[in-house]
Amino acid sequence: MKVGLFIPCYVDQFYPQIGIASLELLQKFGCEVSFPMDQTCCGQPMANSGYSHLTGGCDTNFVNNFSEFDYVVCPSGSCTMHVKEHLHSKENEAAATHIRKHVYELTEFLTDILKVESIEGNFPYKVGMHQSCHGQRGLHLSQMSELNAAPFSKPEQLLSKIKGLDLVSLSRKDECCGFGGTFCVTEEAVSVKMGLDRIEDHAAHQVDYITGGDMSCLMHLEGILRRQKSNIKVIHIAEILNSI
Amino acid sequence: MKENTIDHSHAAAIFNKDVERVNWHDETLWFVRSKRDKSAHAIPEWEALRETASNIKNNVLSNIHDYLVEFEAKAKENGIIIHWAADGDEHNKIVHSIIAKHGVTQMVKSKSMLTEECHLNEYLAENGVEVIDSDLGEFIVQLRKEPPSHIVLPAIHLKKEDVSDTFHEHLGTEKGNNDPQYLTEAARKELRDTFLTRKVALTGVNFAVAETGEFVVCTNEGNADMGAHLADVHIACMGFEKLIPQRKHLSVFLRLLARSATGQPITTFSSHFKKPRDGQEMHIVIVDNGRSTQLGREEFRNSLKCIRCGACMNTCPVYRRSGGHSYHNAVAGPIGSILAPNLDMKKNADLPFASTLCGSCTNVCPVKIDIHDQLYKWRQVLVKEGYTPSSKTMAMKGMSAVLANPTVFKIAGKAGRFVMKNLPFMVNNNLNAWYKQREMPAPPEESFREWYAKKAKESKDKK
Repeated sequence: MKVGLFIPCYVDQFYPQIGIASLELLQKFGCEVSFPMDQTCCGQPMANSGYSHLTGGCDTNFVNNFSEFDYVVCPSGSCTMHVKEHLHSKENEAAATHIRKHVYELTEFLTDILKVESIEGNFPYKVGMHQSCHGQRGLHLSQMSELNAAPFSKPEQLLSKIKGLDLVSLSRKDECCGFGGTFCVTEEAVSVKMGLDRIEDHAAHQVDYITGGDMSCLMHLEGILRRQKSNIKVIHIAEILNSI
Repeated sequence: MKENTIDHSHAAAIFNKDVERVNWHDETLWFVRSKRDKSAHAIPEWEALRETASNIKNNVLSNIHDYLVEFEAKAKENGIIIHWAADGDEHNKIVHSIIAKHGVTQMVKSKSMLTEECHLNEYLAENGVEVIDSDLGEFIVQLRKEPPSHIVLPAIHLKKEDVSDTFHEHLGTEKGNNDPQYLTEAARKELRDTFLTRKVALTGVNFAVAETGEFVVCTNEGNADMGAHLADVHIACMGFEKLIPQRKHLSVFLRLLARSATGQPITTFSSHFKKPRDGQEMHIVIVDNGRSTQLGREEFRNSLKCIRCGACMNTCPVYRRSGGHSYHNAVAGPIGSILAPNLDMKKNADLPFASTLCGSCTNVCPVKIDIHDQLYKWRQVLVKEGYTPSSKTMAMKGMSAVLANPTVFKIAGKAGRFVMKNLPFMVNNNLNAWYKQREMPAPPEESFREWYAKKAKESKDKK
């Protein structure tokens, strides 16, 4: 199975360890993984700001980089959702369609495609799970609290297999952290307040780590935690799942 | 009424200066959201009810012409006088003409977001008519000369201490007496007198039934009934999307409305008005005010399904932390942000951006309006129509040019470090806003792509 690793632009440059963990994890489960070197950005920042008409170039570049794979896998619910919902190509719509139908967020790829039953891993800490909104409500990686429907969580299903990991139950289990792309700077006051409140919920449950599938949310929370000089750390779920 | 014209983020920043109040506002509304969850999750067929309601409203929006004609004919048969208003101004003139015909200068009004949308109170005040709002929350904000901050809970931005001060000033209640029972009784006494002396009563409409020509008004305080039953003239104002085809459809909507709004199984009063009682005059003003334009916008027509329950506001993490007034529109929160640009794109261009697109609104909505997708779509429209700053457009163009071309991307930032200084999600904003209350991650020694290239070279060399 040929897998194209799609690493969000900011993860590539600020959090290389997440790319490494994702790559190793996929290889561990037998995938033939490549990272196309000419990938840049999926174009979501422009689209969410109202400039989707300027994302054609990003789309073309994305299709050029990822058309040859069976699957495209990304350690971000948000970027995955953007590609899944908005990737089109004037030059090669068939390839764009193939990618839209075969792009997966990392944890759902592990649970749904690779059908991972067990993971060797050891992470003896108290952990709070921050489910990103795009991953949850956009990709249905877990059940949202708004619906009258049976609960499930693909990331938590994986985390439950990690030795020593103590997953806490939050008071507001799926409230947005306030990152929101450009929102984090255009609505700075509300964005930070939302982040502070999310952290407060995790802190009240005495977590050592806040984990999640989207580093953008975690980067925002980490920024606040570091300013607070808090002992709570953030860690991407790929790093926990690859902890051996 | 004071009109807030500063943009959402600025107003929200001011709201956030009082941390305790923001916490209280957030927790109060989260409590309402939690009550909604409890109530909704106790109904096994809840999701099917939402789907049914959404489908009924689809049918209404697709056949609105026929239903309006049917409703008008039936209502007229029942002895109701029907008026049609193309916009807010015409609506206000019609209401005023009815009041003027009866030679009165005072009117009692129960909750109607439509009249807020049309700025009826201001219009009538300018024309010498005094309006008393009889919904307790609206009564409070009216005394304070403020607009409602929430469509179901108009005074939710106020604490009981604020209400006490307001009543002390306007109704002469005991200073510092914050007892809700005492304060409510003071309002009740004041309003009893109003109900008894007003000859004209105006109410909103929650549902208008095409099949029978009747309309239903839902309140918890019975204030609509008090006003309408004691007055000689009852005026009911409705946006045309309030129609439902048949009376039996109320069994879907009445189950959804109060549960979504406050977690109650049903509102205390669901009053059906079908014909005027002997000697009474009953009017219905059916208002367009931009609704047919919205109906014609394919991407946004779903917004007209709204039954004004306020669930999207209660669940919205941004609304809870910015307050209803920061939306400078009669209807605040997520639903307001998709309705307002239709009324005035320039004035409301900021609202679709006052969201993280978390999607919670869409999933509590009892009529399944795709609210967060519409927020995204409004952003695209507003940019195309030129309502975003040109500096932002320039920055976006530059950003997309770099990101579209891997070669330029590599050159633009030495060793692919373009993103580090130009985080795409911060386009057109320098990092100051980020740094105000947050740190940036420390740059690692090498990027993932550098590590990957190195590894690839190593394994190639081994071979």
